[in-house]
Amino acid sequence: MSTLYDLIQAERAKYPEDSESAVLPALRLAQEEHGWLSPDVLREVADALDVTPAFCKSIASFYDQLHLAPTGEHLVEVCTNVSCAVVGAQQVLEAFESGLGCHAGETSADGKVTLRAVECLGGCGWATIVAIDDHYRTHVNADDVPAIVEELTGGQ
Amino acid sequence: MASSVEPIVLGGADDRDLTKLTDYEAAGGYAALAKARAMTPEAVTEELLTSELRGRGGAFFATGRKWSFVPSKDQIPKPHYLVVNADESEPGSFKDNEILSRVPHRFIEGCLITAHAIDSKHVFVYIRGEYSGPYEILVGALEQLRSRREILGDVTIVVHRGAGAYICGEETALLASLNGFRGQPSAKPPFPAVSGAFERPTLLNNVETIATIPAILRRGPEDYKALGTEQSGGTHVMSISGHILRPGNYEMPMSRTMRHLIEDLAGGVPGGRALKAVIPGGASSPILGPEALDILCAPEALAAAGSMAGSAGVMVIDDTTCIVQLALRTAAFYAHESCGKCTPCREGTRWITDTLQRIEEGIAAPAEIDLVLEICDNVEGKCLCPLGDACAMPVRSMIKRFREEFDQHVELGYCPLHETSSLSSLYPQPRSLLPLATVSPS
Repeated sequence: MSTLYDLIQAERAKYPEDSESAVLPALRLAQEEHGWLSPDVLREVADALDVTPAFCKSIASFYDQLHLAPTGEHLVEVCTNVSCAVVGAQQVLEAFESGLGCHAGETSADGKVTLRAVECLGGCGWATIVAIDDHYRTHVNADDVPAIVEELTGGQ
Repeated sequence: MASSVEPIVLGGADDRDLTKLTDYEAAGGYAALAKARAMTPEAVTEELLTSELRGRGGAFFATGRKWSFVPSKDQIPKPHYLVVNADESEPGSFKDNEILSRVPHRFIEGCLITAHAIDSKHVFVYIRGEYSGPYEILVGALEQLRSRREILGDVTIVVHRGAGAYICGEETALLASLNGFRGQPSAKPPFPAVSGAFERPTLLNNVETIATIPAILRRGPEDYKALGTEQSGGTHVMSISGHILRPGNYEMPMSRTMRHLIEDLAGGVPGGRALKAVIPGGASSPILGPEALDILCAPEALAAAGSMAGSAGVMVIDDTTCIVQLALRTAAFYAHESCGKCTPCREGTRWITDTLQRIEEGIAAPAEIDLVLEICDNVEGKCLCPLGDACAMPVRSMIKRFREEFDQHVELGYCPLHETSSLSSLYPQPRSLLPLATVSPS
């Protein structure tokens, strides 16, 4: 199994030598491995790319999908933009809030699930879109939520 | 997918699994690439110019002309780059999602034809980070080509994933992000054709534009052009969502009306409710009333009606919906996505949102409606990129088209449509409507 360092070097090879382009794929890889981008992880990425940790943090802080704080084992993101909202996205979000016992933007007490309300996910025709660990569930209704919560938390 | 004419971009995907190379080739795939490679780059560009294909990212700039701006290797030495904008993020638009998911090989074929036309060996596809599904399908399709080197030839295609930033759909921000920086726009010039990816000459095209190119080569440019209107040839994949019976993507010639899309193809407004408004080109496009039904889905027709075709994301709004809430939700999106570089956009989108929130809550003074319009004027056209415009244009149009609703909120001191509006769940009962005892002092 390749180390994070090796994976990052493989990303660097895809881009011209004098570019910093690998920083975004490197941060994604690091987050996939560690769950979130702690100061230590940012330092590890910076070392692999020959840049400063501050540079890595300046990039990570710009993008919604990169996390500078711990998240749960699973990430549930409910689109609440117009096309999802008009068919009940807020009810879906509230069903997750009550099922998980936490508000949007928080992690459930058992640390299993982080819930977020997010902007348009580009699936407006299949509303409501819920991204679970970056993979879309389509046509989600509030009624579907208890089963999803059970699937993610093991029925606790 | 349903349509009254043979689809070009999504064609064949209902009958076969076109994510598989064998199926795509059996349906005539990669024949247009062979045809293009037998032609000179100049001859391929000439075909595009004749087809009058216009960019499907929303600007509708002539694709052949854009290609011709890329300098030759005699003017600026190689390498030159092709960058494809797959950062589809405009609320209401989800066509590129379906194109990449269902016809990835047609998209790749378009990339390779375009690379040949501008004599480039390097293609970067910038795909929004949230599109894990389409990303995996696209990478899978590229994987299938590993054993078929003659298709890729000496061209490399790198799929570069974003990480959640609407602004990266703007070309200079996309290039900044691809180059490894925060995705913030920059002033033009230099234009990407001169200094783009890695500060080299770069052509940027949208996913649908690229996926249309094989059909133009295969059918011939005249035949393609004849499908649309005189000014806007060919077909367009329209995304339709909101209060609509059969939401989805529909590929149709631009010579058809909104009525054809909304009523014939997508089944109209469900539940016996009436059509109140149409947002024809993604959240940033000015709102139209029911008169939109008789307008053609072509950019010039929508522009003449005071809106725009934009990213072809049609959002249908029924008569229960509060337009103040709609304006507020739209403005809140742009306030969230403003990159913060230009002051009028960073501050203006926030002030527009906050003031609309006060109007929705019924606590705004009458003058605050005009104040929103004034802020819109102070944002639009004052920044490096159109994100601020994308907030100001729809909000201004909603106030102008539905002014009486905004006035009512202020006069009554509450939202008159709160009981029925499908967006009310986002905006809890205004404080002014709650019994006094439950209002906590703030």
